[in-house]
Amino acid sequence: MADVVAPMVGKVTQILVNAGDQVNEDDPVIMIEAMKVEMPVVAPEAGTVKEIKVSVGDTVEGDSVLVVLE
Amino acid sequence: MDQLYAFLQQTGIANLSWQAPVMWVVGCIFVWLAIKKNIEPLLLLPIGFSVIMVNMPLGGLLNPGGHDHPMGLFRFIYQYGLETDVVPCMIFLGLGALTDFGPLIANPKTLLLGAAAQFGVFAAFFGSLLLGFSIPEACSIGIIGGADGPTTIFTTVNLAPHILGATAISAYSYMAMVPIIQPPIIKALTSKKERGITMRQLRPVSKTEKILFPLAVALVVCLIVPAATPLISMFMLGNIMMTSGAVERLTKTAQNDLMNIVTILLGIGVGSTMLGEVFLTWNVIKVYILGLVAFSFSTAGGVIFAKVMNLFLKEKINPLLGSAGVSAVPMAARVSHKLGQEANKKCYILMHAMGPNVAGVIGTIVAAGIFISLAK
Repeated sequence: MADVVAPMVGKVTQILVNAGDQVNEDDPVIMIEAMKVEMPVVAPEAGTVKEIKVSVGDTVEGDSVLVVLE
Repeated sequence: MDQLYAFLQQTGIANLSWQAPVMWVVGCIFVWLAIKKNIEPLLLLPIGFSVIMVNMPLGGLLNPGGHDHPMGLFRFIYQYGLETDVVPCMIFLGLGALTDFGPLIANPKTLLLGAAAQFGVFAAFFGSLLLGFSIPEACSIGIIGGADGPTTIFTTVNLAPHILGATAISAYSYMAMVPIIQPPIIKALTSKKERGITMRQLRPVSKTEKILFPLAVALVVCLIVPAATPLISMFMLGNIMMTSGAVERLTKTAQNDLMNIVTILLGIGVGSTMLGEVFLTWNVIKVYILGLVAFSFSTAGGVIFAKVMNLFLKEKINPLLGSAGVSAVPMAARVSHKLGQEANKKCYILMHAMGPNVAGVIGTIVAAGIFISLAK
């Protein structure tokens, strides 16, 4: 199962799901901000949220895992 | 009675020309745009207020100075700040200290897109010649298409200072309107599928690369286009100050305090060129129209060039990176990113778009250098 990874360096501004939630492909999961642009990071495929690896305010590197899906 | 008459003769009201109140309205519009519409407020507010003040009859802000009269305050700022190139170059020091060349270093192909997006510069140059402008004027108008305020000011001051107000205002107002001007042009030239092309994440760039890059670019540009040396030197000095991490105090000053001081001087300097008698001509309207032509052609040039590159590339690039070559940093990159997300939710090209975006700044400096060396 593909995890939700950060598409670029940025700051987590919102977490839109809780552990156990069902998500569909392209559902926004986390909002991150980079260069004053806030953007949703979407689920790469449908699944259940197993673990959220970040909190609001965290700075994340590109490709780092934000949410584990199963 | 005679004394009263003499006094009245010396008031501003008695010396009012028809152009002055018109310029007050123009100045008020700039101030309103800055305060109410948040359009480039850091520049439009000082420019707008200066426009009102220089058009006060007998105010003396533009006195040339002589034996008995001191030089007018605004003329002083213009003459020693702008005519000497000090102010636009100091702005570039600050911009350099705020620019991350990482995305460009990670994907050097995008340098070509920054160059392609200078297409509008040359389109507007020829358009200006057709509309009857002289070659130095046409160069100053063309450079608006680079979407770079300080470079436009640098070029105009060197080649055609009498149209500085028009070119500077045109450049800054269209830069603020990038999110309105670009999307329809981009959408007309690309399909939704093309705009949704996803790209692999950029590789991390080492500190050594980031330090060597400004040095290398400064060397190459100065050797090829010596007229661009003042701008590129300050830009890259600012950048190496930041990337090296060795002079944090200087970097912070360049990014903030110094930048703010020179921005005030720049606003006053540009505003002081907008004297009604000089500004209110049909040429200003022509400059405005040509500025829009320049911006549009630069956007189109970048997008088309990106599509041409895709004919040869195995790993396709998103054509939206082309429009980001218009160097309005970071607005053009944000527009590209937004259009990418609209087309495909998994398309994140903000960082990729910063590559051509900062390359566009270098491209515009080079274009300005070429113009100045050819036309001066």
